[in-house]
Amino acid sequence: MCSSAVLLGVAACGGDDGGSEADGNTITWWHNSNNEPGRGYYEQVAADFEDANPGVEVEVVAMAHEDMVDRLEAAFQSGDLPDVYMERGGGELADHVEAGLVRDLTEDASEEIGKIEPGTLAGWQVEDQTYALPFSVGVVGFWYNTELFEQAGITTPPTTMEELYSTVETLKGAGITPISVGAGDKWPAAHYWYYTALRACSEDVLTDAVTSLDFSDPCFVQAGEELQALLETEPFNPGFLTTPAQEGATSASGLLATGQVAMELAGHWEPGVMQGLTEDGQGLGERTGWFPFPAIEGGEGDPEAQLGGGDAWAVAEGAPDAAVDLVKYLLSDEVQTGFAENDMGLPTNPAAIGSVSDPALAQLLEVRDASPFIQLYFDTAFGASVGGAMNDAIALLLAGQASPQDVVDDTQEAADQEK
Amino acid sequence: MTSPVTAAPEATETGAAVTRRAAARRVTGRPVGGKRRQRLEILLFVTPALALMAVFVVYPVFSAARMSLYRWKGFGPMVDFIGLDNYARVLGDDVFRDAVAHNFIIVFASILVQLPLGLALALLLNRRLRGRGLLRTIIFVPYVLAEVIAGVVWFQLLQPRTGLLETMISAVGLPVPEQGFLGTPELALPTVFVVLTWKYLGLAVLLFLAGLQGVPDELYEAAQLDGASWWQIQRSIAIPLLAPTIRTWCFLSMIGSLQLFDMVWILTGGGPANATTTMATYLISQGSQRSNYGIAGAASVLLFVIGFVMALAYQLLVLRRDTKAEG
Repeated sequence: MCSSAVLLGVAACGGDDGGSEADGNTITWWHNSNNEPGRGYYEQVAADFEDANPGVEVEVVAMAHEDMVDRLEAAFQSGDLPDVYMERGGGELADHVEAGLVRDLTEDASEEIGKIEPGTLAGWQVEDQTYALPFSVGVVGFWYNTELFEQAGITTPPTTMEELYSTVETLKGAGITPISVGAGDKWPAAHYWYYTALRACSEDVLTDAVTSLDFSDPCFVQAGEELQALLETEPFNPGFLTTPAQEGATSASGLLATGQVAMELAGHWEPGVMQGLTEDGQGLGERTGWFPFPAIEGGEGDPEAQLGGGDAWAVAEGAPDAAVDLVKYLLSDEVQTGFAENDMGLPTNPAAIGSVSDPALAQLLEVRDASPFIQLYFDTAFGASVGGAMNDAIALLLAGQASPQDVVDDTQEAADQEK
Repeated sequence: MTSPVTAAPEATETGAAVTRRAAARRVTGRPVGGKRRQRLEILLFVTPALALMAVFVVYPVFSAARMSLYRWKGFGPMVDFIGLDNYARVLGDDVFRDAVAHNFIIVFASILVQLPLGLALALLLNRRLRGRGLLRTIIFVPYVLAEVIAGVVWFQLLQPRTGLLETMISAVGLPVPEQGFLGTPELALPTVFVVLTWKYLGLAVLLFLAGLQGVPDELYEAAQLDGASWWQIQRSIAIPLLAPTIRTWCFLSMIGSLQLFDMVWILTGGGPANATTTMATYLISQGSQRSNYGIAGAASVLLFVIGFVMALAYQLLVLRRDTKAEG
């Protein structure tokens, strides 16, 4: 009942007075924690914030993730944004900043910004200014079925590509399909290339590429060659070129969740996705294992660097100051701890990290915070247009229809259109 | 109870009188006012349809055409005018050219495969045979199913290794493709086409059966008396008289094939390795997935032009004889 009232309120607000600048005392907040306990927790957070700031009213709108993405897209088109909303960072955020839609938080939230690992924060900065505060950031790695590994006689997860190849061989020898990949959706396949690039290229080359959109460094070709070497071991599930990422039992996540394959490269969302794909709601449960992407011999990248991404709270340009206060409150020790305790994501505030109880996620967090820097998913970092072209080319490489050089050329061609 | 026999002529008489009076008024009354009234009526009845058409068809077409001249990411004002660059990019893109080719392969394959198949089934089902109603229903059911549901079911059936289809094929000892039917680039488009044929054959059969109802029985009887065989009757009487229906079906099939989206999107998403892209999947992937709204706009204008030209050409070259015959 409350939520429908809120929805109506927002609709009315958007209709007659143009949203964000409307009222200094009422702020709208869109989020995608549409299920319990997250939904209830955020309602409580909003109520606590209202109590601490008399006269301020927070209109919370909880939506399913896809609905939120669609509504945000429409909001960006009309320029009528909610006061507090989610940004994924990278090129998309840079475009929003350029269009003058996002408020610069560098000064106003300097205290909260100081608490977050600089490597984690980088994805939400444009020209050294911070435009959104990441509240949940994870890294991509291999999720695996510990039972199947045991069954094949594998005791320690691989740490180098060579070891990964022999793991693949051992699993195949035991009659187990080693890896599932949702190449039908392209980005899961692209994550392999992102990682080989992250291992092959130095941090400088990568950070440079994000701003200069120049991919001429030979390490980008090497990334494709490393991926081809992995492909030659034929590690993927049959039909992987059209396998979807997460929908249904025959998706890449579904295959891992139902014990059809031994591993999958995926982000911190994977346990949650797998829980939704099994009848008992447990996913792999106790059999869930995680290890980071292996090192590449002779690569210039730091083997500790990780690929990742997440969500950040942003404030619309022209929103009342109370919106900034709400975002600061959302990043506070107190709220981030509650966020972690409710298993809503991977907190970025160090004070909350101890509250993550799931062992696999806790291990992932350790790796995240030990990494010298976190490379934002390339497709997010470069923006949908360049990222899309890149993902397409990588999917073609997996299909054996593009060379490592083609991946670089296609990406460069799309990038040149942006310049 | 009054006799219906006497009542009926009375009614006809009054009706005729009214018509006559109305006709008289039309001739001798105020011709200008009548015409104006008629125009007003037409306007009144046509306006709602025209308004809907304007809002949901004409406006989007123009807005896509405008979008196609800009570099635009979907938000902020459209300011980056780049002329026809988007068209050059779309036409220079192998993926789009392949997509057009895939659309035309489906157009011609549909006519080459579904037409003879649909015709044969319609002619067979037009005969008296046991279980005819059941057979007709079975063939028509796929067409009634929602495209998305049919697509998801086929997607499951076609799963590599675990799907029902491959299980059956392996059970009889035949080899299955390594990457499955949908995962092998060379097999994906033919597989999609088989599913489309399964889905749309029912419509062809239904239309042809309806067309066959319009063939007068006397013609069959006359031919039979002259000693024509069943096949001769079909070839010389049924099929020629069915020609207008066949031409209409070809038109519908062509338009459907050019706009093909749902089934492809569910079965393959345009993959593997762009082996099944269509113009519609191309513009969705450029527009909503990559935020290249200008390119998507250009692609949609090209899709519109191709569809429009094909439809117009078909109307002028093929369907004209039908409309002429009616007029």
